[in-house]
Amino acid sequence: MVRVVFPQHLLSVTGGEREVAVEADNFRELLEALEARFPGSREPLAKSAAAVDGQIYQDAFLEPLEPGSEVFFMQRIEGG
Amino acid sequence: MSKVQVTTSINGEEMEFLCEPQQTLLEVLRETLSRTGTKEGCATGDCGACSVLVDDRLVCACLMLGVEAEGHEITTIEGIATDDGLHPLQQKFLEHAALQCGICTPGLIVAAKSLLEKHPDPDETTIRYWLAGNLCRCTGYDKIIRAVQDAAKELAHPA
Amino acid sequence: MAEAVDYKVIGTSPIRPDGVDKVTGRAQYGADLNLPNMIYGRVLRSPHAHARIKRIDTSRAEAMKGVYSVVSGKDFPEAEHGEIGGEGGGDISDLAKNIMARDKVLYHGHPVAAVAARSQRVAEEALAAIEVEYEVLTPVLDLDTAMASDAPLVDENCYTKNLPEKPDKPSNIAAVMQLGRGDVDQGFEQADVIVEGEYRIPAAHQGYIEPHACIANTNESGQSTVWCCTQGHFEFRAMTAKVLNMNVADLKFVASEIGGGFGGKTVVYLEPVAVLLSRKAHRPVKMMMTREEVFRATGPASGTHIKVKVGARKDGTITAATAWMAYEAGAFAGAPMGPGAMSVFAPYDLENFKVEAFDVLVNKPKVAAYRAPGAPQSMHAMECALDELARKLGMDPIDLRLKNAADEGTQAPYGPKFPAIGLKACLNAAKNHPNYTKPLPEGAGRGIAVGFWFNVGMQSSAEVHINENGTVTVVEGNPDIGGSRASMCLMAAETLGVPYEQVRAIIGDTESTGFSNVTGGSRTTFATGMAVVRACEDIIAQCRARAAATWGVDEDQVLWEDGQATPAPGVNADVKPLSLADIAANAAKTGGPLLGRASLNAQGAGASFSVNIADVQVDRETGKVDVLGFTAIQDAGRAIHKAYVEGQMQGGAAQGLGWALNEEYIYDANGVMQNAGFLDYRIPVASDLPMIDCEIVEVPNPSHPYGVRGVGETPIVAPLAATANAVRDAVGIRIHDLPLSPPRIVAAIDAAGS
Ligand code: FES
Ligand code: FES
Repeated sequence: MVRVVFPQHLLSVTGGEREVAVEADNFRELLEALEARFPGSREPLAKSAAAVDGQIYQDAFLEPLEPGSEVFFMQRIEGG
Repeated sequence: MSKVQVTTSINGEEMEFLCEPQQTLLEVLRETLSRTGTKEGCATGDCGACSVLVDDRLVCACLMLGVEAEGHEITTIEGIATDDGLHPLQQKFLEHAALQCGICTPGLIVAAKSLLEKHPDPDETTIRYWLAGNLCRCTGYDKIIRAVQDAAKELAHPA
Repeated sequence: MAEAVDYKVIGTSPIRPDGVDKVTGRAQYGADLNLPNMIYGRVLRSPHAHARIKRIDTSRAEAMKGVYSVVSGKDFPEAEHGEIGGEGGGDISDLAKNIMARDKVLYHGHPVAAVAARSQRVAEEALAAIEVEYEVLTPVLDLDTAMASDAPLVDENCYTKNLPEKPDKPSNIAAVMQLGRGDVDQGFEQADVIVEGEYRIPAAHQGYIEPHACIANTNESGQSTVWCCTQGHFEFRAMTAKVLNMNVADLKFVASEIGGGFGGKTVVYLEPVAVLLSRKAHRPVKMMMTREEVFRATGPASGTHIKVKVGARKDGTITAATAWMAYEAGAFAGAPMGPGAMSVFAPYDLENFKVEAFDVLVNKPKVAAYRAPGAPQSMHAMECALDELARKLGMDPIDLRLKNAADEGTQAPYGPKFPAIGLKACLNAAKNHPNYTKPLPEGAGRGIAVGFWFNVGMQSSAEVHINENGTVTVVEGNPDIGGSRASMCLMAAETLGVPYEQVRAIIGDTESTGFSNVTGGSRTTFATGMAVVRACEDIIAQCRARAAATWGVDEDQVLWEDGQATPAPGVNADVKPLSLADIAANAAKTGGPLLGRASLNAQGAGASFSVNIADVQVDRETGKVDVLGFTAIQDAGRAIHKAYVEGQMQGGAAQGLGWALNEEYIYDANGVMQNAGFLDYRIPVASDLPMIDCEIVEVPNPSHPYGVRGVGETPIVAPLAATANAVRDAVGIRIHDLPLSPPRIVAAIDAAGS
């Protein structure tokens, strides 16, 4: 299982759930699993950045996940 | 508006141009004569990007009218290097990484040249006050000061 | 810690390849190109901070001799709402309206029309002939007013985002954000000492010396070529296409040299206007902003109001921290409150914290990114609070930070666990730095602060061409603001094993190289550098194949060492190694020219930390602050070009010092900026600053082939609080607001004395 944590501003997408565990071998499957659980979540989540095991991805999609992986959705970072 | 004919010397070259009476020397250099090495950062005399030498005086080209160039010798950044190559200031700016974006560089080199002509061996404070009219937003001035110090040394004792 | 790695050229400081053109005046910046038949565009700007446009009559201007085209809001397509994507971010419709007002003007300086004419002067006369009738509205000029429940609305359709439910009425709060962990009430109960502070920082401008400028040349089929100074020509092309509803393929963007950006040149202002003017005029149109326009109408950084509260045990362990932060967005949503909120506590390992952040509309120019957008303001508050905490605890301020410092494996306040980071290394370097312990002159003060920035990766492309004599041309798509061509050449030379002088880097236009996101977010050396390294590896693989074919051996029997193909030990020992030049000379016979390429979406940009030490002397009579010394310590991961890394640190320090001591947007009651020029908006000059000492710490980023973290943004974060803490140390009074300008300091000293 992959541990998924949502920030406050995405709680409206998950109906208030902060943390879930889902089965997924990569990020694409994770988004699919989350969409199945929280219909309508795919778009806002795909637009977010995500940290996978500490590594921040602005456009995660194909990244492999392992059992025990941790995914934190977060706001995209920009810069100057 | 009728234009005025102006005869001047730019970087040692006799030059004639027509300009409107209200045009600044900076506009003439950049737009009429395509000498775009002299930069515009403000057009109000506050940034020094347009520094040129008029005879041997350091001047903001944006604060001088084109017609005022009549009979004077203008030196711009394009006239600093010689047949022998880069001026020591130009070389030292490169070696010390004294430019990042480089937009302030032409003005700073012209101003520093004027400084070294008047004070061949300036201390840090003198350099800082001489160059206080030339804004640089990228470097924090540190490497610029060092480049000028090094160029002064080089000019005093050519390698 | 940095393991010793033997690099040949990385970490040296050679002369940049574009250097000679930049010291001789040859380099062409945004305003330096002139085209045959070219005319000049100028923008008419709103004289009101907030007004409804009742009528625009351009007929008199259009009829003037020498005027070729006039445009106003009605000439632009209706822009749909949608995300711009990429670095500039934000909403397309907002971007479009910021470039040219439609029904309302939202700040003093907001464009309402534009003309293109034979000369600048004719264009200005034409602007004066345009009649605009306004219904003046009450401007909303500060955060307190804007956030009040009965405030006039900047945008009647603005409903606060990110709330669990859409609010039932509009407000000036465009979005909120919350972060938190643990139980702060309980945390504060465990605290022996609590400090609280409220900090206001006015807007400050990026202050690049080169004003925005461009030329657009649109032909009769609608295709347009645009030359401009930009941090990212690909993103400028995308934004222009969206604002004008054009096909991206009909736009070609060529990046000129760029005279500074610092985030401010990541969004379009002039370019779509110039394309439209040129389309109507059938001529190239050049547009250049004046300095005043740059101040009034291009993005400053957000003005902020931030409150922090921190509690700690006697031993310095922080038990709880909270922050409330309001960021001015200007006229359109999009203040960097997100990164502000995520960075405020980022350096510390906290069990209990809570952050609330607000993106607030006001009738001021739309803010733009400015170096580490959002972080200087939020971290100023936290780092000042920690200084007070250290004083209350009687603890050394570096020890207090070391006690709570995040490290590898610490869960960052914004979610993930940190990989290897250099915060503790920087703190220790500061503690051991001679400048930290050196005696201060009588009455002077010393302050320290920590800085942080996430850094980003994003998309980059690079090609590497091997010329017929074995020299190397690197083509990439990131405008070079601070010496990045040199860094690219260094990484290519290192990878290929050839001398630096053998490599040149150029910046391709949007039609001659692959897509690259902006030069910003400290991403160029990291991400584009990664693409260059990969493209060089592609070349090496090809060279090994060519050598194998030449020698009649298998590819895996060919090694690449010191810039040449050599046979593996035991293989065909009598062949001579083949250099790049040898392989290039024979390229026609072995498969044609050598071209390596790579494109990627770089992941794993490493967070970067810094510690600054500021020494100041304060004149108690006049309130003038003299900066006696400044030390910048930062983890660069790996410094590719050492002198340019130092340059980033020194330049960021100077900008931070300016923000701390002098720089601010000053408005009158009508929302007109009072200091829109370099005389009154005073950025640091040479005589204001001391030498800035640098110490580069190198904790390599595991995600980059050479360990690069990105260095451009972190340097501006810590100087605000370091300076404020030094002033506090010198005068014995905590002044919460910035800038620490002479009147503010004198007032504080007087107030404390009375
Ligand atoms: S352009 Fe002349 S001083 Fe700034
Ligand atoms: S190098 Fe950019 S302004 Fe000086």
